[in-house]
Amino acid sequence: MTITITGMRKRFGPTEVLRGIDLTVEKGELVALLGPSGSGKTTLLKIIAGLDWPDMGGLDVDGVNWLNLPAQDRRIGFVFQHYALFPHMKVRDNIAFGLTVRPRSQRPGRGVIAARVDELLHLLQIAHLGDRYPAQLSGGQRQRVALGRALAIEPTVLLLDEPFGALDAAIRRDLRNWLREVHGATGSTSIFVTHDQEEAFELADRVVIMGQGQIEQIGSADQIHDRPATPFVANFMGATVEIPVTMRAGRIEAAGIDATRLERRVLPDGPATLFLRPDDITPIADTQGCWTIETVASTGATLRIALKDGAGNRVETVLPRRAPEAAGLTPGTRTHLRPEAGSVFPGPRPATTPAPAAQAPAKENIR
Amino acid sequence: MIGAAAPIRARRVLPGFTLSLGTTLLYLVLVVLIPVLALILKGAEIGPERFWQIVTSPRTLAAFRITLTAAAIATVFNAVYGVLMAWVLVRYEFPGKRILDALMDVPFALPTAVAGLSLTALFSANGWFGQYLDAAGIQVVYTIWGIVLAMTFTSIPFVVRTVQPVLEDLDTTLEQAAMTLGARPWTIFARVVFPAILPAFLAGSTVAFARSLGEFGAVVFIAGNLPMKTEIASLLAYIRLEEYDYIGAAAIALVLLVFALVLLLVSNLLQIWAARYREVK
Ligand SMILES: Nc1ncnc2c1ncn2[C@@H]1O[C@H](COP(=O)(O)OP(=O)(O)O)[C@@H](O)[C@H]1O
Ligand SMILES: [Mg+2]
Repeated sequence: MTITITGMRKRFGPTEVLRGIDLTVEKGELVALLGPSGSGKTTLLKIIAGLDWPDMGGLDVDGVNWLNLPAQDRRIGFVFQHYALFPHMKVRDNIAFGLTVRPRSQRPGRGVIAARVDELLHLLQIAHLGDRYPAQLSGGQRQRVALGRALAIEPTVLLLDEPFGALDAAIRRDLRNWLREVHGATGSTSIFVTHDQEEAFELADRVVIMGQGQIEQIGSADQIHDRPATPFVANFMGATVEIPVTMRAGRIEAAGIDATRLERRVLPDGPATLFLRPDDITPIADTQGCWTIETVASTGATLRIALKDGAGNRVETVLPRRAPEAAGLTPGTRTHLRPEAGSVFPGPRPATTPAPAAQAPAKENIR
Repeated sequence: MIGAAAPIRARRVLPGFTLSLGTTLLYLVLVVLIPVLALILKGAEIGPERFWQIVTSPRTLAAFRITLTAAAIATVFNAVYGVLMAWVLVRYEFPGKRILDALMDVPFALPTAVAGLSLTALFSANGWFGQYLDAAGIQVVYTIWGIVLAMTFTSIPFVVRTVQPVLEDLDTTLEQAAMTLGARPWTIFARVVFPAILPAFLAGSTVAFARSLGEFGAVVFIAGNLPMKTEIASLLAYIRLEEYDYIGAAAIALVLLVFALVLLLVSNLLQIWAARYREVK
């Protein structure tokens, strides 16, 4: 199923939650929607599922206008953030639900349903839990049941909202690999929502970065990492250090910055902003440098160094403690900065860069 | 508790567990248990044969039949209406919602005699509603339908007020999940929403039924109280008392008590069954 979303807009009262989304997801693709909390990911997913409706825009799936189709007729598998298992049904009945509610003429026989449930329980590696109630399961097990319930109707599109959000790290990793396998085995088109970069990049064929109701960039892990399309993406990907610079003939110039390791850019001359990751900045001791080390903190493996320049700008860098450059960096030392990689956007520093959601993803439980 | 090994006890919100339990138990015994016990003892004095004779006399049997039938009809009506009303109050926003919500408590607050009087006035052959019903050949006042009406009125809030909070807490993503799995609205209600409210629904319906069995004030005004036709059990007990027939009154009251206790027992068993999935092992 190819999903085509065009010009989609949605507002809740005064808040514009989706501000013109254009996105095509190809048949059999696994796409991640990545973005900070509140960027509209769940809303977009719910619109695709038919649980919400946009104010404007199109939703076309294999030539069918899905906006005229109620959720029941879309044959999608939706995995909810908090699983939404039916608490009064045993695991088996939860998984069988989508089959047992079909109109009598299309409903498979009891035997067929039971066999299908068995097969899914097996695939999900929870064969021994079939007769338990959801309250008797762990988070990871509930997640598997939720997925099993969604897969039972053989969906053509699988939508997952923060499928691993509430699980601990080891189980997340486990389920991730396993989701990849399931996606491959069923051949469905899948979209999953996450605010975890690692998860998005590891799992998805393509990652869609969303920020404040807009798509900021679509690409692979490397593309997004190396070539962020907007300051928002750069910031979201961890380039939290912003330094005002001047472009001259494709070169980046700024006092106290040694830009020799950065590529030339095709940008007009004039003011620009350089976005850097703290661990892509090396302070080089230099008596003429205009940056002064304020503090040095060691985590054992790395040094976290805070610097300040004459104008009061502050920068934090991280470098390996045993790196040759690290020797002699003590508070009070004057340095210049050598960015190893970074991205530059024209114009002075934008006023509306979001907080670095990459480091501290906000908890997603606000409803 | 002397010595180093004294266990550390968790602090409780209310001070003095013994005191608070003692007070509540004493209250329960004084207000509930002793009257019930007195009734049972009074009944036991009668002796089985006499007891049986009283409760199987045609007039008493008719009173029980009328009371049970009317209470059952009133409860079925209130059960359906209560769920619907709770649904409307929880799921929809409309002007006047708060007023409607507050109105739900009127039958609790209104003296039942007042309710009985106004219902009689409304439904009597020349009342606001009664004149049209009368024209259509339907008589409410002085028939069993009058009893049903009075019982319905006084027990409306029970189901609404027990189901409403459960519905408020119900996670709407469950219904959304059911939708994505292809379930139509009615199926979603029957298979997802109703099982969730079932324990509260049963509890509310039971209390409504018990209340209807015992309703007196509202009923006597509208029922006409014709022996064998529209005489309810609690009225008959009252009449016996007026005739200084304490034994007759006690026997009838005892049967009503047994009805109520059996009802509570059955209802509680059903509630445990309906909520069986909640207990986590
Ligand atoms: N039903 C709703 N009513 C009002 N505001 C909503 C509703 N659903 C979501 N929002 C708002 O829309 C924005 C985006 O929400 P959401 O799509 O859940 O974002 P995300 O899933 O990316 O965290 C948030 O600011 C949220 O408060
Ligand atoms: Mg969300």
